[in-house]
Amino acid sequence: MKMIEIRNLCKEYGKLQVLKGVNLSINKGEVVSIIGPSGSGKSTTLRCMNLIEEPTSGEIIFNGASITERGTNKEQVRQKMGMVFQQFNLFPHLSIIDNITLAQRIVKKVNKDQANEKAMFLLDRVHLVDKANVYPGNLSGGQQQRIAIARALAMDPDIMLFDEPTSALDPEMVGEVLEVIKDLAKEGMTIALVSHEMGFVREISDRVLFMDEGIIMEENTPKEIFNCPQNPRTKDFLSKVL
Amino acid sequence: MTIQLTGYCTILSYAAVGERTLKLWNYFWKYLPTLFTAAIRYTIPLALLSFALGLLIGFIVALMRLSQIPILVKIAELYSWIIRGTPLIVQLFIIFYGLPSFGILLDGFTSGVIGLSIAQGAYNSETIRGAILSIPKGQWEAAKALGMSKMQMYLYIIIPQAATVAVPSLSNSFIGLTKDTSICGILTIKEIFHRGQQIVATIYEPMLIYLMCALVYLIINTFLTFLQKGIEKRFSKHIVVSNK
Ligand SMILES: Nc1ncnc2c1ncn2[C@@H]1O[C@H](COP(=O)(O)OP(=O)(O)OP(=O)(O)O)[C@@H](O)[C@H]1O
Ligand SMILES: [Mg+2]
Repeated sequence: MKMIEIRNLCKEYGKLQVLKGVNLSINKGEVVSIIGPSGSGKSTTLRCMNLIEEPTSGEIIFNGASITERGTNKEQVRQKMGMVFQQFNLFPHLSIIDNITLAQRIVKKVNKDQANEKAMFLLDRVHLVDKANVYPGNLSGGQQQRIAIARALAMDPDIMLFDEPTSALDPEMVGEVLEVIKDLAKEGMTIALVSHEMGFVREISDRVLFMDEGIIMEENTPKEIFNCPQNPRTKDFLSKVL
Repeated sequence: MTIQLTGYCTILSYAAVGERTLKLWNYFWKYLPTLFTAAIRYTIPLALLSFALGLLIGFIVALMRLSQIPILVKIAELYSWIIRGTPLIVQLFIIFYGLPSFGILLDGFTSGVIGLSIAQGAYNSETIRGAILSIPKGQWEAAKALGMSKMQMYLYIIIPQAATVAVPSLSNSFIGLTKDTSICGILTIKEIFHRGQQIVATIYEPMLIYLMCALVYLIINTFLTFLQKGIEKRFSKHIVVSNK
């Protein structure tokens, strides 16, 4: 079953064409990674998926319904897609527990006790129960990113979008974050991942998309794409990063 | 004989000095309550009301300028330009003495509150706009990605953080405002300075009375400064002090 399908997605910033007709689909429970050079439009693709950026044209179908149509309730769509950013973007004025419960309470109108219970359960999953009452500024980058994942999961999303979740981390903290993502994948979460951690992409993905100049140039299983890339651009890119 | 006379004069003048000191001392205690009453009945309400309204206006104007709706941006800029480019005393005269020729008659206190709030609003809007712009884009995006509405983003994410940034500057402007209320005597408001001038006119002790006025303002503003410290502390409890 298709969780999300993107048809001919275009995105322009003024005169700059960033996405030039992206087509992709992600099935329920699938882990799909997007790799490609800097500026190729990977982030923009993710950000169009949850409508943080407004697509210029094209169609996105999520859970069987078009979300690019006029009159779509964007807030409702975004609740169902958890997003994790490169820079974590935790809310610095809120304690960790409030970071995780805020959206549950004000967006989903869950009562406080239930929201707290859920937050503690998620904190346990990312192994940070003891940090419930501290502020984000007191945590390391790796810990902040694990909290950001918990914050997104608290909304019970159907799909998780990860945009270079480990790129801003010190090398020794990358592992702990990847571990959490791997657990999610194992539990059957649908995941779209943009990452430069090629080893991890290869290990975790069901499918890998290579993106360049605003389109998906090649798409295959990780084994195929890393071992025998077809497109010369893919070859070129992989030879530089591997 | 001469020595005796000189000594006598000295004693006399000491007595005179003593008498004068006593007189000033009595005036001090007699008129201090008058000035404090003026502060409590007029200066403080004038300052508090104008500050609250000035904050509201400042916030609305800041949002207009950030709205990216050309007409709203232009109106906000025009307002800022006019208010910041003209003296407060002239603005107050226009409201109190000018508006009646359009049939709008306002009493002194109302005119004062309107004039001060409009002026405060213009300065506060700059502060508030700057504070909102200082919040990183990632904060908006994270809130948006969680499904928050624009209103919720402002209420729960942006305003609390922008407030931390704006508090020092806003409290400075509150202290400035408290001092600016002293101009409002010209609108026949019986605030501290106006009362002081009236007292001087009856007892002819300008030095004493104006020093007393200064003292009362100083006491109010010292109190405000303490309050400011307290608020700043409250708002920045999440900020981590690194001990590097
Ligand atoms: N808000 C924006 N306004 C204008 N141009 C933008 C904006 N966001 C992105 N771009 C441009 O769009 C292009 C694609 O950006 P995008 O962030 O999607 O690339 P990316 O593949 O994620 O790259 P990276 O690996 O560096 O993160 C870049 O040239 C970028 O400068
Ligand atoms: Mg990117």
